[in-house]
Amino acid sequence: MSQENILEIENLVMHFGGIKALNDVTFDIKRGSVSALIGPNGAGKTTVFNCLTGFYKATGGGIMLNAGEKPTSVIKVLGEKFKGSDLVSPAAFLERVKYKMFGGSHLVNRAGLARTFQNIRLFKEMSVVENLLVAQHMIVNRSMLAGILNTESYKKTEEEALQRAFYWLEVVHLTEFANRLAGELSYGQQRRLEIARAMCTNPEIICLDEPAAGLNPSETEALASMIRVLRDEHNTTVLLIEHDMGMVMNISDYIVVLDHGEVIAKGGPEDIKSNPKVIAAYLGAEEGEDVSL
Amino acid sequence: MSQETGINIASSIKDTIIAGLLALIVFGPVVGILLDGYGFETRFDDVAWIVAIVMAGRFAISVFVQTEAGKKFIYRQLIKEDGVTVTAPDYKSKMRYIIPIVIIIGLIAPFIASKYVLTVVILGLIYVLLGLGLNIVVGLAGLLDLGFVGFYAIGAYGLALGYEYLGLGFWSMLPLAAIMAGVAGAILGFPVLRMHGDYLAIVTLGFGEIIRLVLTNWTEFTHGPNGVSAPLPTLFGLEFKRRSRDGTPFHEFFGLSYDSAFKYIFIYLVLFLVVLAVLYVKHRLTRMPIGRAWEALREDEIACRSLGLNHVLVKLSAFTLGAATGGIAGVFFATYQGFVNPSSFTFFESALILAIVVLGGMGSTLGVVIAAFVLTVAPEMLREFADYRVLMFGILMVVMMIWKPRGLVRVTRKGFATRKGVVK
Repeated sequence: MSQENILEIENLVMHFGGIKALNDVTFDIKRGSVSALIGPNGAGKTTVFNCLTGFYKATGGGIMLNAGEKPTSVIKVLGEKFKGSDLVSPAAFLERVKYKMFGGSHLVNRAGLARTFQNIRLFKEMSVVENLLVAQHMIVNRSMLAGILNTESYKKTEEEALQRAFYWLEVVHLTEFANRLAGELSYGQQRRLEIARAMCTNPEIICLDEPAAGLNPSETEALASMIRVLRDEHNTTVLLIEHDMGMVMNISDYIVVLDHGEVIAKGGPEDIKSNPKVIAAYLGAEEGEDVSL
Repeated sequence: MSQETGINIASSIKDTIIAGLLALIVFGPVVGILLDGYGFETRFDDVAWIVAIVMAGRFAISVFVQTEAGKKFIYRQLIKEDGVTVTAPDYKSKMRYIIPIVIIIGLIAPFIASKYVLTVVILGLIYVLLGLGLNIVVGLAGLLDLGFVGFYAIGAYGLALGYEYLGLGFWSMLPLAAIMAGVAGAILGFPVLRMHGDYLAIVTLGFGEIIRLVLTNWTEFTHGPNGVSAPLPTLFGLEFKRRSRDGTPFHEFFGLSYDSAFKYIFIYLVLFLVVLAVLYVKHRLTRMPIGRAWEALREDEIACRSLGLNHVLVKLSAFTLGAATGGIAGVFFATYQGFVNPSSFTFFESALILAIVVLGGMGSTLGVVIAAFVLTVAPEMLREFADYRVLMFGILMVVMMIWKPRGLVRVTRKGFATRKGVVK
């Protein structure tokens, strides 16, 4: 297990029927970094995200998440096919059965990876605070008896959950909207709330899918500083997909460029800016032609 | 709203006359002419009364809507403000005055009311239980369940067959039936809860029918369509029969003369307390992590999974708790009827329970209680129109969907006071 890399993606392959969305994608994300996944439309960025977060079951390859107490194989917790070797190893067989029955993307979150969505997925008919309380489901006291009898220990954990919720509301500047329905908020506020909700699950790495989409320049600036807060004050690794190149170059420590399901470049912002392959992929120029970002 | 402030009596009178004429056309032939053998007799005085009542009512409404209060009322009805609202953190519901009054009335009622009224109210309360159970599944967790009657049947037959084969009485079967129905819900739920919406509805519909068909056809065990008799509850071993095989019956123990109403009073009181307990549990559940998880799941399943909630277990818990409530209702139904047979558990019952939930408002506890009483007591009051019951349900549903698509009672969410954010 590598302590340096929080996420290790090896030879990730994803096929939808005959379409090869991802071909042999390999990259690592360093702990405590802000990394960006960029590429033209249809390059497979969101597919990578969905594989990482367990919403798609990758066709091949490996994803290791080195968070929490022990490393987690994202592919394994989604439930793998049975293999011949299971016949001789009952332990492996039982583990596979367990993940087949109870596995799923929720285990990826419990292992310490949170995400937001490209098209916002809030609980629209619940209040803003309740959205954040639902996110703390795994932290609070879920005992049915304690809740019905409203015991002291139950009240205490609920109060802690509320305090944590209000803490994150302050971070995303939504405290005054705490008792509004999530669906009533403006688009930019909803985006911020989604980040707060993901952070309420206490993740070690957060994956943001186009967080700046639909935001105006000043909101984007605020978002960038918020992402820095996540990294610097909460030791959270950030992985984002983004089209706003100004923001990406501004905040990223590390950039992975995808095109047609393959990694065409990875490195620091400066390297990427001057990489001819990246420029060609973005601008559709012939290789060797002189273009700049 | 119009600019005129005064009350226009002339237009009110015009409305009144039109309403009177319409009433005459509608009620004249229906009420005024009574067939008698080959001839008929006329009853103009009845018609006159009905028309007079309609006209007086129309005039009162017409004048009322022209007053300030009336205009405000109309305005409130016109604006579609039936979405979910969040209450202020310091909001205190008026229910805290109403609930103690209702409890006191509920506890006094059986000693005043006639036996017939009591049986109707018992039926109403049984449907309140069923509605609350299904409300967890459909209203909170958003899982369309068309076979809820299956769990009701499990509870009812659990009591009847448990008594016949194992000699278990009402009190031991009450928790056991809840557990049995809950387990049945879990067994049904586990394989099918990966499905969504329509598919789930079809599978649960099938489940409800399977239960009924098994009960009908497994004649050696369930006596098929002939049904099974179910035992009455006992008060610390005292039975509510005229004569008891073992021990003294209730009325002899207390030196009272036998009255068949005693058993209904007792069933009513037990049922009333159980309903109160279920209402309290339901109220707590909606404010607990599990209740929040159900509602979140209804809103967005994918987001729930991304937050670490195991969607299958969350759905399963809703299904199990809903089914257990249905099982409890079944036990009360069996003991109240004293007899169960499969014809009580048809698809129509499932549809009726679903109608209660939809009419009351998805997820609203108060709405379900009101709707359960409306839909069970109204048919009893309108016995003469029994043939048109389904038609009336249909009309009621259509009207509700147009007028208040989100149910009778608006769903409110609890607000939270702002506090200092702390993260550990």
